Amino acid sequence: MPAQPERADPLITMEGVDKWYGEFHALRGVNIEVRRGEKIVLCGPSGSGKSTLIRCINHLEAVQKGRIVVDGISLDDSARAVDAVRREVGMVFQSFNLFPHMTVLQNCTLAPMRVRGLNQAEAEATARKYLERVRIGEQAAKYPAQLSGGQQQRVAIARALCMEPKVMLFDEPTSALDPEMVKEVLDTMIGLARDGMTMVCVTHEMGFARQVADRVIFMADGEILEEAAPETFFKNPQHPRARTFLGEILAHH
Amino acid sequence: MGAPEFLFLLQGLKWTVLLSAIGFVGGGIVGLLVALARTSGQPLLERGTAAYIALFQGTPLLMQLFVVYYGLALVGLELESWQAVAIGFTANSSAFLGDIWRGSIEAVPKGQTEAAKALSLSYVSRMRDVILPQAIQISLPATVGFLVQLIKGTSLASIVGFTELARAGNIVSNQTFKPLLVYAVIGVMYFALCWPLSLLGSWLERRIAAPTR
Ligand SMILES: Nc1ncnc2c1ncn2[C@@H]1O[C@H](COP(=O)(O)OP(=O)(O)OP(=O)(O)O)[C@@H](O)[C@H]1O
Ligand SMILES: [Mg+2]
Repeated sequence: MPAQPERADPLITMEGVDKWYGEFHALRGVNIEVRRGEKIVLCGPSGSGKSTLIRCINHLEAVQKGRIVVDGISLDDSARAVDAVRREVGMVFQSFNLFPHMTVLQNCTLAPMRVRGLNQAEAEATARKYLERVRIGEQAAKYPAQLSGGQQQRVAIARALCMEPKVMLFDEPTSALDPEMVKEVLDTMIGLARDGMTMVCVTHEMGFARQVADRVIFMADGEILEEAAPETFFKNPQHPRARTFLGEILAHH
Repeated sequence: MGAPEFLFLLQGLKWTVLLSAIGFVGGGIVGLLVALARTSGQPLLERGTAAYIALFQGTPLLMQLFVVYYGLALVGLELESWQAVAIGFTANSSAFLGDIWRGSIEAVPKGQTEAAKALSLSYVSRMRDVILPQAIQISLPATVGFLVQLIKGTSLASIVGFTELARAGNIVSNQTFKPLLVYAVIGVMYFALCWPLSLLGSWLERRIAAPTR
């Protein structure tokens, strides 16, 4: 991966974002800036709006109020802006969402060919590079159903990387995995972080947060309640909701 | 019943097969558009196609054929009987296939669309590369089942004077005064068309129900 050029402007800006699902107020006055190369861990209790927040960044959800700018592109609801943003934003889901009727390799070459206009040879070369990188190159000809959960999630990461995105969004990428497979996916993400990828991760893996995150953002009820460096946040959370939340997480682990 | 009568029945069989093919291909093409419109997320398109489906599913095919053949003639559009029948069957099949395929498109997990969108794939690519291949697989048993219904339903074409298998049988039976024999032969012919398809349908169903791909 080429190092991100040093640019001062933030890669992602959310300003005064409000989002409703019908009557339900899911995001309340959210302000976030993500600098280029920064790694952010987003946490909070279930239903606090973490998924909603990151899904707004690539417009899987539309917002009713506020401004979202990604890599200088202002996300109005125009198809052009949405497409442009999605080309630069990779996303990894809790449930992998690989295309089951395609091989691992085809999963990885589809978007680069259709969206970036690569020919098949170029797309396959890119795909093999990233599949190697997530250490799953030898599985390229298999179908997703033939792989373990951890392998599938690593393919999903490779598939997103094949678009050479400027930022990767992760929505609880290890929550659906058997415990013994969590590590291989986290290690892949740590490797990605080391290589300088900008990342926004929803995760409750506090070890990962300590090791990788530049900043931890804590949400509850659609609001950002606390933002701090991981050490500060874990040692000395300020907000009572954050303390309760951390208490519950630690009790679980 | 001699060779000429039998050949006449075979002529009828040929038209039954052709009519089924027209209904299936025409209905398939229009039905795909109906299914796509029905799942487009555009309220106007969705409501329009919902009404279209309800109309053709909620009225007898017999009536639809009458309307196309005699109704259009009343407003000055004189159609050959085969044209009327082709239009009638296409419209009717498109409503049923459109509804079957709408259900199959909706049965593809939402995460597939989301992953495709997150990869910046266009609507056309999302449908062609990701959703439809999975939806078609899901829809195969019901689609084949519908094809069997369609083949049997072509007998209704006789009411607008179209000589397909059932009507050919009627004619031969009136000439030969051997209705039992004639209808037995016709029954065997329909069976020979539909039975393999029914088998194919249940085979596909079992294959899809199997846990691994
Ligand atoms: N499509 C939707 N329609 C209506 N309400 C929704 C929708 N998606 C999410 N919500 C609601 O919005 C709130 C925030 O959901 P969200 O999925 O963002 O939470 P989360 O923090 O990711 O929770 P979890 O940890 O359980 O994944 C929840 O109360 C949820 O019920
Ligand atoms: Mg969530």
